[in-house]
Amino acid sequence: MPGTGRRVAGSLPGALAQACADVTEAGPGDAVAGVAPRFVARPAGVTEAAAVLAAASSLGMTAVPRGSGTRLAWGSPPASCDLVIDTSRMNRVLEHAAGDLVVRVEAGVGLDQLAGVLAQAGQRLALDPPGSVANGAGPGSGGNGTIGGVLATGAAGPLRLRYGTPRDLAIGITVVRADGTVAKSGGKVVKNVAGYDLGKLFAGSYGTLGLIAEAAFRLHPQPAATSFVTLDAAGPAEASDVVAAAAGSPLAPSAVELDRPARGEPFRVGVLLEGDEEGVAERTARMTELLGSGRGPSAPHTEPFPPTSPFPPTSPGPPTSPGPPTSPGPPPWWGRGAAAATEGTLIRITFWAAELARVLAAVDAAASGTGLDPAVGGSAAAGVLYVAVGEQAEPAAVARFTAGLREAVGRPAAVALGEGPPAQGSAVVLRAPGGVRAAVDIWGPAPGLSLMRAIKDQFDPGHTMAPGRFAGGI
Amino acid sequence: MTAQATRGTTRTAVQGAGGGAIGALVPRMTEICGRDGVLTDPAQLATYECDGLTAHRCSPGLVVLPTTAEQVAAIVFACAQAKIPFVARGSGTGLSGGALPRADGVLIVTSKMRRVIAIDPDSRRAIVEPGVTNLAVSKAAEPFGLFYAPDPSSQVVCSVGGNVAENSGGAHCLKNGFTVHHVTGLQVVTPDGQLTWLGDGTGAAPGYDLVGAFIGSEGTLGIVTKIIVKLTRIPEAVTTLLAAFRTMGAGGAAVSAIIGSGILPAAIEMMDALAIEAAEAAVACRYPEGAGAVLIVELDGPAGDVRRETEAVRAICEGEGAYEIRAAHDAAERTAIWTGRKSAFAAVGRISPAYIVQDGVVPRTALGEVLDRIAELSAASGVRVANVFHAGDGNLHPLVLFDDTKPGAEEAAEEVSGAILDLCISHGGSITGEHGVGADKSKYMPKMFGPGDLDTMQLLRCAFDPAGLCNPGKIFPTPRLCGEVPGVRREPHPLVAAGKVDQF
Repeated sequence: MPGTGRRVAGSLPGALAQACADVTEAGPGDAVAGVAPRFVARPAGVTEAAAVLAAASSLGMTAVPRGSGTRLAWGSPPASCDLVIDTSRMNRVLEHAAGDLVVRVEAGVGLDQLAGVLAQAGQRLALDPPGSVANGAGPGSGGNGTIGGVLATGAAGPLRLRYGTPRDLAIGITVVRADGTVAKSGGKVVKNVAGYDLGKLFAGSYGTLGLIAEAAFRLHPQPAATSFVTLDAAGPAEASDVVAAAAGSPLAPSAVELDRPARGEPFRVGVLLEGDEEGVAERTARMTELLGSGRGPSAPHTEPFPPTSPFPPTSPGPPTSPGPPTSPGPPPWWGRGAAAATEGTLIRITFWAAELARVLAAVDAAASGTGLDPAVGGSAAAGVLYVAVGEQAEPAAVARFTAGLREAVGRPAAVALGEGPPAQGSAVVLRAPGGVRAAVDIWGPAPGLSLMRAIKDQFDPGHTMAPGRFAGGI
Repeated sequence: MTAQATRGTTRTAVQGAGGGAIGALVPRMTEICGRDGVLTDPAQLATYECDGLTAHRCSPGLVVLPTTAEQVAAIVFACAQAKIPFVARGSGTGLSGGALPRADGVLIVTSKMRRVIAIDPDSRRAIVEPGVTNLAVSKAAEPFGLFYAPDPSSQVVCSVGGNVAENSGGAHCLKNGFTVHHVTGLQVVTPDGQLTWLGDGTGAAPGYDLVGAFIGSEGTLGIVTKIIVKLTRIPEAVTTLLAAFRTMGAGGAAVSAIIGSGILPAAIEMMDALAIEAAEAAVACRYPEGAGAVLIVELDGPAGDVRRETEAVRAICEGEGAYEIRAAHDAAERTAIWTGRKSAFAAVGRISPAYIVQDGVVPRTALGEVLDRIAELSAASGVRVANVFHAGDGNLHPLVLFDDTKPGAEEAAEEVSGAILDLCISHGGSITGEHGVGADKSKYMPKMFGPGDLDTMQLLRCAFDPAGLCNPGKIFPTPRLCGEVPGVRREPHPLVAAGKVDQF
């Protein structure tokens, strides 16, 4: 939790005090990934935020935006941080147009706060980052985060398979540039191609291009019913088959997750089905049968399913063989396994989904080679896995482990016949203890880095916004 | 807006530096693309003078037809060295003049780059070249039970590269989203002629979301040479309903009720009486007689869900006063329902000598009010307006009709067309939902965005294309001089003062 600083007058630059009524000297709890800021400003809205950044810019101060601090430890430590811009007072839901399934909020609105507002209209923002209430975590779990923080880190949970990540759901954004210029793009209609989409650029930018002040999102109706089909798989190959069968089925799963707390334990696979009661019951029965009897149709990708001859529906009803268990609520590990680890080293691996078995095997190979026993889990069908290494692990071992993962996922896709991207995946260290940070390259290689640097130079020519937090030292 | 008229079109004549310099490029371009890949004959050049928006025309200085990504890079590099502007073009079906050529520039046509390079069914990805048609991707994926979800009406001919430039949607984007939701990696040639990858195909590459920023940039940030697309499972069942209502109000109420019930159809389309009349005249679609509005609702997904949702939608439509409902369960029946809707734009030619296709967006709940106001505009001006729209997402396509043989008629139509955009903006909507800004609507951008917004967007342009050679003149009414210090400029820019750059 961010510390409460004491109010100061003497040392506080006048321009900053004039810009914002709530500026305090930073306390020990305000450190950003170990770097202590001098001041914390809490602007009350976009206008005040613009004044704060204009003042900071005129003073040559570096600034790091902060929401509730949930993922403030993600990314590289800032090279410098004079000022934390805290969005906790920018916490208004500006407009909930329920009939349009659109909401417009200030960046400091909490995900759980927003969920409460939307639930009254039977709607939701389909974002469930690990550890959030949407995944069944209790209040006070500290894993909820703010809209601004979730956008800035691109954090997403199991629902990403069906609904995508924050960049897919944001339809408009208002930002404040390093010099205090306020800019918006998009709007509050879902379908809109007028101008460049700055929302895409700022989503996942870790505060390095400016402050996200407000955002508008597309909403979805809350499903009337949910069901989770879960089962265990012995090893990487079997887990991969189950995940592929679920994701390739015509049963429209909203999420297909995988979790393994430690080596030697089986992989737990969970499939989320959502919809009306009858539909969920039917699809649960069919999914249970599919996964319980011989791991689904053989080679599903070789069967043609032209739109004119629909896949013959399996008759609903109880599974013919003892199948995997189902429940209306999530299994205890759902969205809370490796991905929600709050200590130690957390690595996000992304890959092409067909590579799942190879990636899981590579995690084990890299772990056994370095004497580590990480937890593994995540949105396997969407090609995203998280690996959590304990706090006590030797930094050098974690560095070798990370290098091993990068070696495995950073190859060109074989299917691309030599014409695809040079790497078909990545391993990014999201958070790590100080010793590990010093030993590893947090971000690893990023495609298009020279363009990213050019973008940074244009948006923040003085490099005062969250300097050094991002890929390539941006 | 898209003016489909035979007369009164604007020819953009760009004089100056281009002519001689372009001629000097021909030998190098011939080296790169071969003799067949370079067009210099004025008659051949003229065939590329416009895209799907015929109101703006300009013969390109030179046309090149590369067959590989490396050739595109070499072409762009040569242009950049010679400071010659260049414009990319796919199939030329765009409706905002985004591929409008320049007389002083090179038109780079990607239609010969049409390989589906690879399909990875287990990852649900395909790698394709930019000239591949949208439908060809779905056809190639079909044996694997997969399809490419964005489906603009022009999907038989439009190219995936063009779809990337415009962030194309289609009738089914209500449920499936737009191109930006279905592309996970791009190989591009940057405006300085470098071949580079943006994204890695996962959709979650480290760093800025360059793929997301590039898609929808209307060819102003570079030229795409390979595209990694997401493929989607073909739905188990599809049902299409056609419901006829006496009034637009009743049809609109049904749309709100369907969305309010929590059902997310793949598509909800609506046509008014004038649009139906045109479609009947053109393709005899035999929609129910006496309809003031027809609604087409398509539902897809697991068979049981679709069956129940179909019944629910049917009941909602009946409750809102639908007097006839037809359901299509197979491809032939579905085609019969869609024929009228898909032919609507062209069909209007049967009831009017000329017309403007407008593309605007309003919040769905404002549809009724905005349609009333359009009717008032039409009545007050005497300009007829036929309405065809993607009702589910509030995307209007008013067809503003005029007789181009009558003096002043086109101006009156343009006035109504512009007033419709003003209505969209004042209701919190957008000046374009899917056709793009291009050459056509850049003048409306300042109505929707402030100077700070436009200036900030152009920072992205400056990062990719500091020299301003890549499809210049599109989207933004005023180009930003890159490299200048942001903020208020009191003195004229040195280049302007020196007469080297025009500020406009």
